[in-house]
Amino acid sequence: MSSQALSQNNERFEVNLGPQHPATHGVLRVKLLMDGEYIVDAEPVLGYIHRMHELMGENRTWAQFLPNMGRLDYLSALSYNLGYVELVEKMAGIEVPERAEYIRVITTEMNRISSHLLWFGAFVLDLGGFTPLLYAFTDREEILDLLESVTGARLTYCYYRFGGCYNDVEDEFLSGCLAFIKRLRARMPMYHNLVTKNVILRQRLERVGPVSAEMCRKYGATGPVLRGSGVNYDVRKNEPYSIYPELDFDVPVYHEGDSMARYMVRMDEIEQCMRIIEQAIAKIPSGPVMAEKVPKMIKPEPGDYYHAVEAARGTFSIRAVSDGKNQAYRMKLRSPTFSNLSLFQEASKGMLLADALALMGSLDLVIPEIDR
Amino acid sequence: MDLGINVIEMLLYLVAIIGFAAINAAYLVWVERKGAGHIQRRTGPKEVGPYGLLQPLADGAKLMSKQLIIPAGVDKPLFMVAPLLAMVPAVMIFVTIPFSENLVARDINIGLLVIFAFASVNVLSLLMGGWASRNKYAVISAARAVSQNVAYEIPLLVMTITIVLVSGSLNLREIVFSQAGAFWHWNWLPTNGNFLGPITFIMFFICYLAETNRAPFDLGEAESELIAGFHTEYGSMGFGLFFMGEYANIVIGSALIVILFLGGWYSPFPEVVPFLGSAGVWWFLLKMYLLIWLVVLIRWTFPRVTLWSLLNLSWKILIPFSLFNLLASAGLVKFLG
Amino acid sequence: MNKANVIQELKALASEGMPEEPEVAAVAEEAAPEAEEGGKAKKAAPPEPRKNGLLEVDYARRGVHVDVQVAADQVVRAAEIVDAAGMTLEAVTGVDWINDKELEVVYDYAYTGGECFRVVVRARIPRDEANIPTITEVFAGANWHERETFDFFGINFEGHPQLEYLLLPEDCDFHPLLKDFKGC
Repeated sequence: MSSQALSQNNERFEVNLGPQHPATHGVLRVKLLMDGEYIVDAEPVLGYIHRMHELMGENRTWAQFLPNMGRLDYLSALSYNLGYVELVEKMAGIEVPERAEYIRVITTEMNRISSHLLWFGAFVLDLGGFTPLLYAFTDREEILDLLESVTGARLTYCYYRFGGCYNDVEDEFLSGCLAFIKRLRARMPMYHNLVTKNVILRQRLERVGPVSAEMCRKYGATGPVLRGSGVNYDVRKNEPYSIYPELDFDVPVYHEGDSMARYMVRMDEIEQCMRIIEQAIAKIPSGPVMAEKVPKMIKPEPGDYYHAVEAARGTFSIRAVSDGKNQAYRMKLRSPTFSNLSLFQEASKGMLLADALALMGSLDLVIPEIDR
Repeated sequence: MDLGINVIEMLLYLVAIIGFAAINAAYLVWVERKGAGHIQRRTGPKEVGPYGLLQPLADGAKLMSKQLIIPAGVDKPLFMVAPLLAMVPAVMIFVTIPFSENLVARDINIGLLVIFAFASVNVLSLLMGGWASRNKYAVISAARAVSQNVAYEIPLLVMTITIVLVSGSLNLREIVFSQAGAFWHWNWLPTNGNFLGPITFIMFFICYLAETNRAPFDLGEAESELIAGFHTEYGSMGFGLFFMGEYANIVIGSALIVILFLGGWYSPFPEVVPFLGSAGVWWFLLKMYLLIWLVVLIRWTFPRVTLWSLLNLSWKILIPFSLFNLLASAGLVKFLG
Repeated sequence: MNKANVIQELKALASEGMPEEPEVAAVAEEAAPEAEEGGKAKKAAPPEPRKNGLLEVDYARRGVHVDVQVAADQVVRAAEIVDAAGMTLEAVTGVDWINDKELEVVYDYAYTGGECFRVVVRARIPRDEANIPTITEVFAGANWHERETFDFFGINFEGHPQLEYLLLPEDCDFHPLLKDFKGC
């Protein structure tokens, strides 16, 4: 049907989807060439919220650049914080106390759950279901309250420091996390009953927007998009960092490659995050949360340094080039959704508008992170 | 003399009907928002008046006091007429609806026909509004609305014919009279030789959701795809009329279902039950508002379907089934009824 | 995927560019620790720009396994080698070595099919004649990464299907990550 529709050349028209459009969740613009309801070509136009973070990285000291990490992906900012501090620790050879590692993992995974919950709500909103958004926000609110009690921020966290964390967590926070997990565990079946098992939702997601593993590889897509296409790749497993090797968790992988697979990957990841947090809280040792000898002025040896972490949306990696000064010579931030979105143009060819928006929602876009 | 009384009577009816339609439309918005708030664990409107009850008035005053912006390049006459066309036929339809045995403005023999004739004007207003707006989203939305309405008008009419066969009349009062008695006498259950009643009822309800452009079939104004669909370019009372027309249509659809399937003003209890057993307008309104509440519940629970699955549902399932249903019902009425 | 094969092929490719030095790789490896020691020796005499060749670097320290520098016209073949090995493109970026009057284009590749393996391919081009062939034919995802690099460094990717500003406004006339960029 689609190829037939595409072959007719007569009644095509261009539609600007965005930069202000309810489905793009921010300031993304997609130039659509449409044939009736079919998409002939969809070209994303970026840069509406570009802030040149990479240049800021070159004219600030290593420590001064830390707060910028909360401004890339404002929904899972702690993963980005973690990636950056681990890179600098790798460069400067700073050892991190074990308790700090555990706190980092607990807070990062909490942040990942909150990010997935928000995506869940916004994604179903894209599909026309309004209510799950509010339900997800109720749970997310609890996470934000918990993280606020530790980090002092609700969204743009800047909690980790080179060599540890800014402050220690109290037992109330840990027990609050456990209470939250208990609550979310009880509510996950509700989400599945309300949304996952809904026949309309399944009809809209299953076999819609297939992305093959090969396409993911050619475009460098990572994270849930890649795992929804049947590739078992998670930086936490394949290139372990922090204390992830000591924790027992699974990487959800679905082989269908459709929007439903990406949906299921994220929903299962919420469960795995809860497992990780529980184990980490059970194992957390006492001790300092800050390394003793952290140089005030960090001057790494010249050369290239690369570090990758698994953010909520995929592989976030930083390539830092040092010339021995207290500022980076070059700071390249590789954001996952930049690559994930780049496959949209190819994947959406010949799709219906409504299906393409479902595909776009399943890529889980955060525009400030794409534009940097 | 006679003429004078007639004119006064008609004016009274007119005022009452317009008032009923307007108040219903306005307060359904309140019900919808309050209901959505309840479903989503928030409070909904609460600031204006007790329980936010004056919110619709405030909204109305706001909409009326806003400037009516007419974008450059629109087809002005069509652009202005479209919202009127959304509201006026809806008010007209109320004329024929019997709220109780005697509470009907005009008891017309072909009442059902009048309702469908006026109801089909609604799609014209969406098409005109979408087309005249000179907005691509509005045009896509108008195209969707037309294909959706064409697809669902057919099974809706075919199923209405089934009911007409069973009741033997096009007069709405007669149709209700044929269901006299407690709830097992009504058309939604296999009664009066109408053994396919439940199927007809469910299919009719689905078609009615689609006809009124309500979720999960609200493709015309799918906000995540088409922003606001055909009324993207409308503001002020232009938008207000579209909005009221939509809610008036919901009221009409629910009233129609109550008349065709749910025994109109008859009580669900047998007549021997004191108080509850007596028929009256309150039963009609109760049933109607329960149906409307069901529609609100559905809207805030389900995601939206896609256009193709919507059309497939109509052309591939509802239309063949409704035709089969018509034939089978006709046969059953003929031989068993 | 066979790591050793990839390393071997990349090594062969990198040494192709300089037939007069048969042991380029060895030279580069020697040069590397020197560069990594950094610090004092460096201040006295700035080191020569790195020569083409392949290094197997300390992963725990640097975050990559293999670091190979090739000539500008070899980046497509390098991409083909890692593509054949089933690796994916993580990023393309640039570095402005203004003191050497050179721009460096850096390609980060990673293996997502199993055990972690990261390869970085780099090529140096003169600053005043910043042309390098595109690898979009090999990795479609390079399209946006190369456009971004064009935004920031003004590097001309020859044969790129749509070399326009991606993140910067379409009418801007500067490249902010060049070291001589003084604001606009």
